[in-house]
Amino acid sequence: MSASKIAATQTRASTGEPCAPDFVYTIFIKANAETVWNGLIERQITKAYWGHYNESDWQPGSRWAHVRSDGSGEVDISGRIIEMDPPRKMVWSWARDSESDHATKLSRVTYELISLGPDTKLIVTHSELEPDSPMDAGVREGWPAVLSNLKSLLETGETLSEGEWPSAN
Amino acid sequence: MSDVFAALADETRRALLDRLFIKNGQNLSDLHNGMTMSRQAVAKHLHILESANLVSVHWQGREKLHYLNVVPLGDIVHRWIGKFEDARIEALSDFKQQIESAAGPSQNSGSEEKRRVGQ
Repeated sequence: MSASKIAATQTRASTGEPCAPDFVYTIFIKANAETVWNGLIERQITKAYWGHYNESDWQPGSRWAHVRSDGSGEVDISGRIIEMDPPRKMVWSWARDSESDHATKLSRVTYELISLGPDTKLIVTHSELEPDSPMDAGVREGWPAVLSNLKSLLETGETLSEGEWPSAN
Repeated sequence: MSDVFAALADETRRALLDRLFIKNGQNLSDLHNGMTMSRQAVAKHLHILESANLVSVHWQGREKLHYLNVVPLGDIVHRWIGKFEDARIEALSDFKQQIESAAGPSQNSGSEEKRRVGQ
């Protein structure tokens, strides 16, 4: 076992206790890592497959917002950029916008991109969710659909569905 | 997609996915617990699920944790089920669950309903 694996223990930000992820989703996409990376943060691309667009200056410490793409400007999810290492790894905190000041409501999303020749393996890890909360249930259903849609858009230029996205994901 | 079907064709592997659906993020010992086969056999089944991308792995310190990854199942669904069919199939599936749970022993008129649904 390599040292990097041993160093990977995640801890809960609010308490410092070790905390295993709640969900780990893996998808293989026929696109290079830069394309997949941009697919996660660029406004026009996220708008095309996520029912929301992501908005931030993407600097560590900055706020990011998940804004409904129906023109209402409504922010459903927001958080801070915790780590940014393009195009390999980024970490965001994640909460309903109205709860993003409550430490116990903040969950954490980690994106890891691994280049496999012309393709990319994308691993999305969601941690520190409040057990049995609406957010817990929402992301359980949300992530697989979002990732399938991202893959479809990047590989074919089309999304799989027009998607009725849950209002608070 | 063919390795997804091959991985799902085995009862033990479906049972392992069921266990991860109920409790995500288990290690080999957790998943071996209560199984009648050897630890090595469970590890082999998990490896097949991992190769088919139905299980994601996360290293928490020295511990290898297994997570249900339903993403490849979405590809299967999208191949044969159109977006308008989704809602109808969900309604039928809810109906099936409803009548099956109505036939369960927890209901007062359980035995009567069981006969009616042919159990």
